[in-house]
Amino acid sequence: MTNGKTLVELEHVSQVYATGRKRFYAVQDINLTISEGEFVCLLGPSGCGKSTLLRLITGLQRPTEGRIRYRGEELRGVNPHASIVFQTFALFPWLSVQENVEVALKARGVPPKIRTACALDLLDRVGLDGFENAYPRELSGGMRQKVGFARAMAVEPELLCLDEPFSALDVLSSEALRGELMELWLDGKIPTKAILMVTHNIEEAAEMADRLIIMGTSPGRVIAEVNVDMPQPRHRKSPQFLKLIDQIYAILAGQTQPEPVEIGTAPGKPGITRWLPQIQISDLVGLLEHLAESSQPTYDIYQLTEDFGADSDLVLRLIDTAELLGFVRVGQGDVMLTPLGETFSEASILTRKEIFSTRIRRLPIFQWLINMLHLAENQSLKRDVVRAAIELELPPADAEKQLNTIIEWGRYGEVIAYDDETETIMLEPLVGQSVPGH
Amino acid sequence: MHYLKAPIYELKQTTREFRWSDAFVLLTITALLYLGVHFGFHAPEAVRGPNIVLEPSALPYYAFRSVLRMGAAYLLSLMFTLVYGYAAARSRRAEQILLPTLDVLQSVPILSFLPVVLLGLSAVMPERFAAELASVVLIFTSQVWNMTFSWYQSLTTLPKELREAAEIFRMNWWLKIRKLELPFGAIGLIWNSMMSWAGGWFFLMAAEIFTVGERDYRLPGLGAYLREASHQGNIPAILWGLGTLVLVIVLLDQLVWRPLVAWSEKFKLEMVEQETHASSWFYDVLRSSKLSERVSVFWERISERIDAWTLRVWPFQPERISERPQRGDTAWKLFMLVALILIAYSVLRSLHLLAQVEIGQWFAILQGVVTTALRVFTSLAIALCWTVPLGVYIGMNTRLASRLQPLVQIAASIPATALFPVFVLMLAQLPGGLNVAAIMLMLTGTQWYLLFNVIAGTMSIPQELRFTVTLLGLNRWQKWRVLILPALFPYLITGAITASGGAWNASIVAEYVEFGGRTLRVTGLGDLIAYSTAQGNFPLLLASTLTMITTVVLVNRLLWRRLYRIAASRYRME
Repeated sequence: MTNGKTLVELEHVSQVYATGRKRFYAVQDINLTISEGEFVCLLGPSGCGKSTLLRLITGLQRPTEGRIRYRGEELRGVNPHASIVFQTFALFPWLSVQENVEVALKARGVPPKIRTACALDLLDRVGLDGFENAYPRELSGGMRQKVGFARAMAVEPELLCLDEPFSALDVLSSEALRGELMELWLDGKIPTKAILMVTHNIEEAAEMADRLIIMGTSPGRVIAEVNVDMPQPRHRKSPQFLKLIDQIYAILAGQTQPEPVEIGTAPGKPGITRWLPQIQISDLVGLLEHLAESSQPTYDIYQLTEDFGADSDLVLRLIDTAELLGFVRVGQGDVMLTPLGETFSEASILTRKEIFSTRIRRLPIFQWLINMLHLAENQSLKRDVVRAAIELELPPADAEKQLNTIIEWGRYGEVIAYDDETETIMLEPLVGQSVPGH
Repeated sequence: MHYLKAPIYELKQTTREFRWSDAFVLLTITALLYLGVHFGFHAPEAVRGPNIVLEPSALPYYAFRSVLRMGAAYLLSLMFTLVYGYAAARSRRAEQILLPTLDVLQSVPILSFLPVVLLGLSAVMPERFAAELASVVLIFTSQVWNMTFSWYQSLTTLPKELREAAEIFRMNWWLKIRKLELPFGAIGLIWNSMMSWAGGWFFLMAAEIFTVGERDYRLPGLGAYLREASHQGNIPAILWGLGTLVLVIVLLDQLVWRPLVAWSEKFKLEMVEQETHASSWFYDVLRSSKLSERVSVFWERISERIDAWTLRVWPFQPERISERPQRGDTAWKLFMLVALILIAYSVLRSLHLLAQVEIGQWFAILQGVVTTALRVFTSLAIALCWTVPLGVYIGMNTRLASRLQPLVQIAASIPATALFPVFVLMLAQLPGGLNVAAIMLMLTGTQWYLLFNVIAGTMSIPQELRFTVTLLGLNRWQKWRVLILPALFPYLITGAITASGGAWNASIVAEYVEFGGRTLRVTGLGDLIAYSTAQGNFPLLLASTLTMITTVVLVNRLLWRRLYRIAASRYRME
């Protein structure tokens, strides 16, 4: 479908945000092009900066470094040829469906009569005729997003940007809406020249896009590009499709490295600090038990997401955690329980805690924290102190989340204690000893 | 029980420690007070106010004048709110001034400014006009800040994606205000306008008539009417006056505020259909009328023209959402420098003035602080004694609550300052009568906040917890100790903060009264302020006014804020 004309070009684009004196990269050194006729997907886990990248491309944000060109010209301000379909729909709740679409045209100075005709036509095309006078809150999620699509298409954009457009919808309506969008796009019913979609949903990306740009975290960067040479419509059960999915999972889940590489270094030390993934420990236990119950030696990651009916993002984070703790090994999109992982999943609650405790004590980040606590008066530290230390390496919001995870893990493994009232982190009195149970 | 919303949400924003900016605001207030006092030296020795007629037939005119005064102050507040809130949301500097100012002025007893403002203004302009302006200024000062803050807050909490949508669809600033920012802020603005308007009556009643010594400032209005009526001991006139006041308040509520609230429902951001709707019969009547249809068609045509015109004059200017423009650095610094020099000069001069206050007078001020504080806390304690049991009782019975609500709201809407002349009339002859009257005035101002908060607190207790307590077989005392009191605590604190602020305010009109040709006084800070105004003792006036402001701000910071923080972190039902 590509006729080769370049629409968007990014050259060494980075977005830095500063808090105090520290600077953090939201995305770093991005190079990519989008050509006419292409459906491109930005795919990656949460926090990889894919939404930031979308805002850079549309001109809502200005890159700190690098250049963004649209049709060969450097982008200044919001790109007039682009429009966005938002994850949360971003409809004005106080305007009716029709007014929501019309307001986009009004802002461009389209006179009332033409405006109304155009809005009604678009609402008709997305299947919302009869709902013109309804207010967004009266509609279902899927219908709201249809309004979002109608509004975005009303301004006849060359570049249609979709920011996780289906992730706030239930399974059925997102499925339906995807189909309808693909129909409009493939039949050329809309004047759109290219579509750029941001998503963390691997199947969705593989089903819709011509090209996948896969991103990784800290800092947000492009780790792979995958061309999808499958004709539309694609069937999710076809071997070709499954192979593609497996390939993407392999890229995103990576390959288990030798332990020193896998666990990284402590904050402030040279090397890459390995931050803790944001997960619930009960979820981790569930994953390991599920793996132990199956008789296969290795397990397909894609299969896991199917089994759990869970978000691929969450499953990847869980696997990442299990890998970090030495409970599983990962390679080529497959996951395999280690003997330790097997023991853990079969152990009693108290033994599990003990294993968990010994495992997290090996992580540099916990060693770093325990060391700080040892040096501190009363072997306790104010929450703010630890957060400030983490903020040297992470932006404030992330540091807060990271600290919460550290506290949760530490409490579960009984490595540290935390007093909510005084906001103090303390060393568990049993430190260093291995006492089975209490 | 909608009335509660505003104070609770305001406080969440302002639980900060004392900062340099607070000191800055206090110094600025000092400087302004000094300027007022400075002009006050030249205030005319004797002022004669117009005669207040006690014929009931004069009441519509007086009510009209009072409403007009309120309206003027409100309009001023609204304009200031829109402009300043917008500026504060866009520029860090305007923000740096807004937040501490709001913080301090929320707790400062604004009524204590009245003598200074009145004297200062009457020195530079005709008395009648000065009195009008002083009342408007006072009401403006009392009502503008929470409105501005609400508007500022909604501007800064606008969901990012809605902002981005406005950007990507290229709305110019006018469309953004009309389609995005005003609708989003409407609910908060309307609620806070209601609160401000209710608070405004309190100040209007006090500001319409202020008699000290030979200076008799009075304005034709309901407040002056009530005072004159009790002055003459004319009971029928008092009843007529109170009735008119209640009628005006109820009419405004039914014809203006309720319809506005019902109309503003459509600006809710929540995407779920609400079960209960604010209803207003007047709004329903308006909406179904032929006239409103015509008006809305007409409005549509006009607004279409205006929109098109603005789009031509101010085409879309991209705005960087993540960055805030910082321009005019030198101009700003220059402005700040001049302001600082002026403030420093005034503060120095006021120190000079304060130096003239004798040691004995400082002692009297200290005594005044203690006695007024005692009165404030006594009124608070009395209010707690009856509002907690009754509030819990009402809160537990939802049926009763909905039946009592309109009654309580009407009772609460009568400004305490309007009732004060009545108290004085009833109690002036008794020994210690003014003391009792002063406490009663404070009580009328404070109890409603507490009652509303207790009811809201009780209703916030989850049903499951109530069941659990019953299942556990706890006795009455245990039930209160384990469930009810902890659940009420945050609400009580919120209510008490607002209540004690009102009580300090009330002391200024309550502790020094000229009544039936006699002057009644009780020891207190409010008495000192009024007395020094009467005597033309400007150093003492400045000293006592400043002391009151500082005391209230300190009590707020050191006592209420701490309690509030504990309440918010430990006893929240979430």
